[in-house]
Amino acid sequence: MSIMIDNNTKVLIQGFTGKIGTFHAKEMLEYGTQVVGGVTPGKGGQTHLELPVFNTMKDAVEETGADASIVFVPASFAADSIMEAADAGIKTCVAITDGIPAQDMMLVKRYMYRYKKEDRMRLTGPNCAGTISPEKCLLGIMPGHIYIPGNVGIVARSGTLGYEAASQMMACGIGISTSVGIGGDPINGCSHRDILELFEADPETKAVMLIGEIGGPQEADAAEYFKNHMTKPLVAYIAGLTAPKGRRMGHAGAIVSGKGESAAEKVEMLEKAGVTVAPDPSELGSTMERVLKDLA
Amino acid sequence: MDIHEYQAKELLSEFGVAISPGGLAYSPEQAVYRAKEIGGHQWVVKAQIHSGARGKAGGIKVCSNDEEIWNAAEELLGKRLVTHQTGPSGKVVYRLYIEQVSDIEREIYLALVLDRNKQRVVIVTSSEGGMDIEEVAATKPETIYRLEVEPAVGLRDFQARELAFALDIHPEMISQAVHCIEGAYSAFRELDATLVEINPLVVTKDNHILALDSKMSFDDNALFRRPKISELRDKSQEDSRETAASDRGLSYVGLDGDIGCMINGAGLAMATMDMIKHKGGEPANFLDIGGGASPDRVTKAFRLVLDDEKVKAMLVNIFAGINRCDWIAEGVIQAFGKLDVKTPVVVRLSGTNVEKGMQMLKDSGYPVITADTLSEAAEKVVAERNRVVEAS
Repeated sequence: MSIMIDNNTKVLIQGFTGKIGTFHAKEMLEYGTQVVGGVTPGKGGQTHLELPVFNTMKDAVEETGADASIVFVPASFAADSIMEAADAGIKTCVAITDGIPAQDMMLVKRYMYRYKKEDRMRLTGPNCAGTISPEKCLLGIMPGHIYIPGNVGIVARSGTLGYEAASQMMACGIGISTSVGIGGDPINGCSHRDILELFEADPETKAVMLIGEIGGPQEADAAEYFKNHMTKPLVAYIAGLTAPKGRRMGHAGAIVSGKGESAAEKVEMLEKAGVTVAPDPSELGSTMERVLKDLA
Repeated sequence: MDIHEYQAKELLSEFGVAISPGGLAYSPEQAVYRAKEIGGHQWVVKAQIHSGARGKAGGIKVCSNDEEIWNAAEELLGKRLVTHQTGPSGKVVYRLYIEQVSDIEREIYLALVLDRNKQRVVIVTSSEGGMDIEEVAATKPETIYRLEVEPAVGLRDFQARELAFALDIHPEMISQAVHCIEGAYSAFRELDATLVEINPLVVTKDNHILALDSKMSFDDNALFRRPKISELRDKSQEDSRETAASDRGLSYVGLDGDIGCMINGAGLAMATMDMIKHKGGEPANFLDIGGGASPDRVTKAFRLVLDDEKVKAMLVNIFAGINRCDWIAEGVIQAFGKLDVKTPVVVRLSGTNVEKGMQMLKDSGYPVITADTLSEAAEKVVAERNRVVEAS
């Protein structure tokens, strides 16, 4: 097993015929993902990459039975596309798009609450690298070859730092059950905690690596969840020890604006909760290796 | 994006928030003229910089006649004000706002923020106005009152009343307070703000509620649909290198160290800076070149990093997903060809097409120092930096 996506996941591409959508659709197909079609309003009925194009998500889901989607739609229209996916009955949606206005995301989150928890779409991102269950399904933009199948889950706010974690673990021979990018925006879909819950319930996942950064309450929540509910070991790393307060470090959400938001404070909270924190970013793989050895 | 106090007040007043009569001045002459226009017998001359705590830095002066206004304006214009929010280099005053002095009965705090935890707009008020809210939270937390706004419904009258009553506003002035709070909320939503802070919001002795000082910040991601807000941008208040970077699609933050950095992805950039620190160095900057970087963008980023005279050594760390290592290598080679690179450069490539990229660097003949891992790269760049410092 893995979380969120596997061999049976049927994927629609939102923003299918655009340059970016096309490029990554090809990559996903090549990886073996079951891409079943895509949506570009106004191009319904056409064929793209030998797959059907639909005008609306409702049509696309009805025709293909897709349960997942990935959003490459430009920032000014992306919030609308995410809501459309939620309304069409998509279960797992990854929003890759960077630069969606925060107030649009506030409305997206509110819109998703129209549905009961069991029917509600699971959104990751925006501004994320996507999700991968190695050798089963790639629903994202990451380089697939740095992930080998295995029993460690990854949840990361940053894309490239998530790659760094996966490749360090691969160098140690450690495989991945699923790696989830939750994105660097201030208001996003799933939080660290939401993903930890899924890993905790997944029999295939034996341990989890959490890659956090400065800004926001998510790492504190994760620490709290780990302390009270998690039985599996958790290794964490928080980026941004050298980041000055009040400066936005690239990601819209990576800014220390209040108490508990600096890297040092987050590390302290995680350690206090019993999480193993990697001392520096070159020891993500070796720290996990040690933790797995203790487990065995 | 941040704007000036006078701009925030103008915007808020369009949404029904009451402000004192005031006007903008670029010279002592204009300042005196504005005071005459406004009328009254006492005025404040306020330095317009993108920072709070201007009073403590000497940026706000109360004046009673033409001569005092002239002198205050002359002193402030062109002056570099240093507050705890500007950093040690401070910000230069190019504009002044002249305002009638209000007869203040009491000072209140009012702010609207996009709360990341609640994922909605939260209104924060306190009966302790005029102070830094963090200070109030630390010393008098019981005076702070918070209210969440349901995004689909918006702020309701009863909620605004609730806030006004919690602030102990006199019943006769409740409707004024409600008008002000609702105006601030509408401005927040309709202009894609991330912060509206009115501090202090004052109750005057003649029973008016006025926004005396105000700060607004806006969501950069929403500026595409807020052309009127984009026009309010004042580049004189921004770091020129950061502005140049953002104009070129790069995300740059200047720091105090001397090791230049060029990385893809914000998280990896922060982690690389941490790694440099861990090995005993200090980063000179944060620089994320983003996904899908062309050789051309890499060259621009190189120039940006090396333009900083403090930089003694430079580290390039790329983990290519959408990026390709051969493109990055091409960009590095281009930069060496175009720029007179005297600074030692350490390059670590990983991910898509890494072998090809490394080979290209080797074949180029340029003195590029390569590294395979993050740790090795940081170690090498710190060693190079130390060598340069010792040699000079």
